[in-house]
Amino acid sequence: MATREARALVGTALLLACAGTARATERLGIGRPASEAEIAAWNIDIDRDGRKLPPGHGSVAQGRAVFEAQCASCHGSRGEGGTGERLVGGRGTLASAKPVKTVGSFWPYAPTLFDYIRRAMPMNAPQSLSADDVYAVSGYVLYLNGLVEEGAVLDAATLSAVRMPNRDGFVPDPRPDVKP
Amino acid sequence: MSHDDESPPARRRFLAQGAAAAAAVLAGGQARSDEAAPPAVPEWMKSPGADVGSQTYGRPSRFEDGIIRNVPKGLQQYISASSRTPLQDLDGILTPNGLFYERHHGGIPDIDPARHRLMIHGLVETPLILTMDDIRRFPSESHIYFLECSGNPGFEAIKGWTASDLVGLVSCAEWTGVRLATVLAEAGLNRDARWVVAEGADAAALTRSIPIAKCLDDALLVYSQNGERLRPQQGYPLRVLLPGFEGNMSVKWLRRLNVTAEPAYSREETSKYTDLMPDGTARQFTFVMEAKSIITRPSGTQRIAPGFHEITGLAWSGRGRIRGVQVSTDGGESWRDAALQEPVLNRALTRFRLPWRWDGTPTTIASRAIDETGYVQPSFGALTAVRGSKSFYHNNAVVPWRIAADGEVANGYA
Repeated sequence: MATREARALVGTALLLACAGTARATERLGIGRPASEAEIAAWNIDIDRDGRKLPPGHGSVAQGRAVFEAQCASCHGSRGEGGTGERLVGGRGTLASAKPVKTVGSFWPYAPTLFDYIRRAMPMNAPQSLSADDVYAVSGYVLYLNGLVEEGAVLDAATLSAVRMPNRDGFVPDPRPDVKP
Repeated sequence: MSHDDESPPARRRFLAQGAAAAAAVLAGGQARSDEAAPPAVPEWMKSPGADVGSQTYGRPSRFEDGIIRNVPKGLQQYISASSRTPLQDLDGILTPNGLFYERHHGGIPDIDPARHRLMIHGLVETPLILTMDDIRRFPSESHIYFLECSGNPGFEAIKGWTASDLVGLVSCAEWTGVRLATVLAEAGLNRDARWVVAEGADAAALTRSIPIAKCLDDALLVYSQNGERLRPQQGYPLRVLLPGFEGNMSVKWLRRLNVTAEPAYSREETSKYTDLMPDGTARQFTFVMEAKSIITRPSGTQRIAPGFHEITGLAWSGRGRIRGVQVSTDGGESWRDAALQEPVLNRALTRFRLPWRWDGTPTTIASRAIDETGYVQPSFGALTAVRGSKSFYHNNAVVPWRIAADGEVANGYA
């Protein structure tokens, strides 16, 4: 974030963060501490660099089976879309008159695929897939987009290593940008 | 949608009577029945009405049954979808809780508040777990703020007939809760805390990253709306409320706050809620909802007769207070200042009004908002000249209404 507004935000944040630390001495004593085990049981956030990806692994072949059983009815057997969004294709269309935004053409970070599938998919049974299945189906969607080989096995290291084509496609908010 | 289906019974009767009566009735007006006019005494005065407490949770009059959420018809699924507030049927600035717009990504969870917990962890001194009783012990505040979906409407195919069809993904309420800053201070922020990732307890486990400056400024954790507990559609029992920011970030059914050094770059802030520009880049972290307004009366599908009309509508800005609203009744050739209803509140809907006499000639009416930063709501042409038509989110352009010779009001985009 390099805009003027963003710098102002960060400046304010630093000031207020100090204030927050000061206030911390006057805690109200509400709530109870969360244990490491409790946090681990709930925290499913994955960063863009994949550092928080869990143990486990899954192959593209396993992913094809999971996808056909769990995903294809909405997203199509090749990720072409249906009730659910199109997941495949669209490379090179973002600057065209008909941009097609998919995992392959638009998503900037591969670990986000793991994060989103694990927390929200399949829509009728979210958080039901094992970590191995999430790695596998993430790998299959990347394979359909030509981003990993058919024989690939995805895990924390290999998923994090996938460089998405649109990784550098995002820019900060320059608004206000329009005169009446 | 079929508007007849959603009209009050009296209006349906009127419509059925045909055009002969049309000239006698103004926009939004109901058919006049002379059955209760003097010297008759209406039947509702001749016997006692319903008992006190006959409705233990009150409902609108049955004659207002048509004032309902605007739900799109024929969607393939309604788990991840939206419904709109019937802006053209409401007065004032507060949206009734039952008519507040909806946008859910994994349906509406049915949460038992006794079993609900909020976890605060990450870059904090003491990770915490809070019950709803705990959260209600914190010092509380109430504020009136608007909330708006960032795609309200999109940039393409701005069809729709009514004000609700066009910009019904905005509502306004009085919110009660605790400042997020107070709750974060209870956990104690580390020095490198820059973002807070909020997660909902819905089937989407929706996550958005909130910059720490907003968290420590006016962000709220809200448990009540317009005086009563949040409705399930608005995040019961607990939600985030970020004044002026795109609605998706005010995470509903809040269960977890992860304090981090970087954003999560979740699906909802990379592949969604980013604004694709003509050059193929996408703007990210476009949080603020810029100044906007719409005339709600006269507005699409209403019909007016020549003569006096009060033009009225709503204006709002994610950057603060509305400074003024200008109204054009001649297709944008000239603009006049509308009166603003006090109080004009920070990041709340503001009601504007302008008296007007329609001379019966076809024209186009529109409003444009100016906020306290001096920002002026742009025309659709000015907006798309900069951003193209593929960005989907953050269309805050002027909404024109065409008025035909017969008084029919229609979408000026269509």
